[in-house]
Amino acid sequence: MLQILIFLAVFVVIIFPMGKYMYHITASQHTFADPIFDRVDNVIYRLCSIDRKGMQWKQYAMAMLTTNAIMVLIGYLILRIQTVPFFNPNSIGGMEPVLSFNTVISFITNTDLQHYSGESGLSYLSQMLVITFMMFTSSATGFSVAAAVIRGFAAKTKTVGNFYADIIRITTRVFLPLSLAIGLLLVSQGVVQNLSPNTTVQTIEGKYQDLSMGPVAALESIKHLGTNGGGFFGANSTAPFENPNVLTNMIEMLSMMILPGSVVVMFGLMVRSRGKSSEKDMERKRLFSREAKPVFAVMFFLLVIGIAVCFWAEQAGNPALQQVGLNQSMGSMEGKEMRFGIAQSALFTTVTTAFTTGSINNMHDTLTPIGGMVALVNMMLNLVFGGKGVGLINMLMYVILTVFICGLMVGRTPEYLAKKIEGREMKLTALAIIIHPLLILSFSALAIALPAGLAGISNPGPHGFTQVLYEFSSASANNGSGFEGLGDNTYFWNITTGLAMFFGRYLSMIIMLAVAGSLMLKRPVSESIGTLKTDTGTFTIVLFMVIIIIAALTFFPALILGPITEHMVLWN
Amino acid sequence: MSAFLKEIKTQFMITIVLLLLCGLVYPLLLTGISQLFFPSQANGSLIVENGHAVGSELIGQDFSDHRFMKNRPSAVNYNTYTQEEKDGGDYTGVSSGSKNFAPTNPDLTERVTADIMKFTAVNPTINKEDIPADLLTSSGSGLDPHISPKSAAIQIPALVQSTGLSREILENIVKKNTQNKLLGIFGEETVNVLKVNLEIAKVLRLSGQHAD
Repeated sequence: MLQILIFLAVFVVIIFPMGKYMYHITASQHTFADPIFDRVDNVIYRLCSIDRKGMQWKQYAMAMLTTNAIMVLIGYLILRIQTVPFFNPNSIGGMEPVLSFNTVISFITNTDLQHYSGESGLSYLSQMLVITFMMFTSSATGFSVAAAVIRGFAAKTKTVGNFYADIIRITTRVFLPLSLAIGLLLVSQGVVQNLSPNTTVQTIEGKYQDLSMGPVAALESIKHLGTNGGGFFGANSTAPFENPNVLTNMIEMLSMMILPGSVVVMFGLMVRSRGKSSEKDMERKRLFSREAKPVFAVMFFLLVIGIAVCFWAEQAGNPALQQVGLNQSMGSMEGKEMRFGIAQSALFTTVTTAFTTGSINNMHDTLTPIGGMVALVNMMLNLVFGGKGVGLINMLMYVILTVFICGLMVGRTPEYLAKKIEGREMKLTALAIIIHPLLILSFSALAIALPAGLAGISNPGPHGFTQVLYEFSSASANNGSGFEGLGDNTYFWNITTGLAMFFGRYLSMIIMLAVAGSLMLKRPVSESIGTLKTDTGTFTIVLFMVIIIIAALTFFPALILGPITEHMVLWN
Repeated sequence: MSAFLKEIKTQFMITIVLLLLCGLVYPLLLTGISQLFFPSQANGSLIVENGHAVGSELIGQDFSDHRFMKNRPSAVNYNTYTQEEKDGGDYTGVSSGSKNFAPTNPDLTERVTADIMKFTAVNPTINKEDIPADLLTSSGSGLDPHISPKSAAIQIPALVQSTGLSREILENIVKKNTQNKLLGIFGEETVNVLKVNLEIAKVLRLSGQHAD
């Protein structure tokens, strides 16, 4: 499809300048906008008494955790007292404790799983001071940790950086200005942005219609830029006031793709060769730094496969409806918006799960089994670009694993970026890789073993199991989309998904900071003829295979029980 | 200990500064700019007739009068309701979304089968094989204002009967409210049902009939 190809080409073009800008910010180098932002930042540094001295990885992790904890506390308080008549023209009541717990965890971890419906569950005050605020800070936190990890891998500094300076710089220099610009662009296309109460109109038939209002565009732009994904309205980006036309649809997709894509470019620039100066010059002329190439190639390839399979599956339609006489030549239109059609819907579904945003422009529960499986697999892999920063961190775990396996095959000590990978790093990496499937599969098993879990399932047959699997994959991958038929606003679902989100987010972050911290302290080994090159085509293919094999081994049985069985039943 | 307290104070201050900056200043600033430059869009792209807002051009509506074109089925009935429905508790407040029927869910095939019967009863000249899929499937938001041009075309014979308007007039109205693909490449061709019906109402001089 032409529109998909053009769209992907635009994506590849925009991440280079953006990646370079991000590199300059992360490495504290000069950028064109410094005169303004330096002043702003300095005021904030002084206000918060931040000294910008570098931190060791433990300090960094601690600073990140406690700052997030304070944010959670304040967010929770606001949700509980949102009933106050302040920015609350629709008189929304307070949120109950367990749902509030789930909601703050969901937004601070960048997941944005929503067990409430925005129209009836949140006041404008909460939408701004909790949701929009946390969308900024959670994405800034994710980016900061990724920056710290990359600094560790690059090992050009003695510390992994300063968390406070990182989170402020990325917010003021990237997220705020971009959100403002994209928000305004969205408003010009029809996304609402006001503080008025909901409007009631009288239709030409004499009936009434309620139209939801609110500060939507402000949330909408950071929702995608920060790969957050939680909608202002229950229907998320399917709702016309969040996503009125195909232009906004593509703006929203590019917004969620630009930063995770740029982080890969930034990674390449940060770790680029520290060899001879002639080599450095050559490097500078290259579009992609060498080490970023295999990472980008594998991510992009997985993304393209996903889009192709999802598009094909949705275009094939629903044979069950064909059977009762509804022509399926248009594809499977249940749950999809007419203005997006099959192509833009399949594209959005793949992108939002690959980049772990979790906003939706069609209902994922209504996707065909294979279309839904693409979304599911993207979240299970959690490294097809992934959320800004976090996806790259996950990919680096697999890179280390691949280096290790290759090292075993050729009988040499594995090295990555001129650092020896030894027992400690391997143990941590293995642990980090295992956490994600462990969370998904054990919580899913728990849910289908308990009546409280089974009670949430709304669709019969294998699809019901997929609903459960999807919910926990989404929670653990910090994606936030859902098979929304699931009745998930109960104690069981609020608590289990809350835990899955929490561990899925922070454990892998801390472990990777530990790996980066330990690599940084190692003495670099000089390149020799026996060194395994990690920037070649062979290495790219091996990396791809390792990812596929690990994912297949862990998730294949669950996928057989869910989407694959459903597909067989449907097409029988 | 004092170092620890200083650290906590920094973290608390960062939270407050970002809370005010990202949670208050930014959304209010965007509201101000939007209201200044794009007041119509920022307030819901309302369609105003005779001084009354009759709907939004971005949000679909439920129509029961046979002289009007039909929209796609909606799980939330497009948030459209009568006073009785509100008083009787059938309408519980504004929402959005779909019923989330899986492709294998028997409720989905049941709903579609019933809708096919209903549609062919109102449009007797149409073969059920010719009904485009979008017309009888519900959208994700339940608020989709659009149908495909084919779905509009197959409703025209019945509309000719019920409105007494000529085929040309109706086809012209549909054509006028058909949106092409963006740059001829992106998205789909769509017909805005609300705008079509507003125009039908205008031609039939129905508008204003219910104005209070």
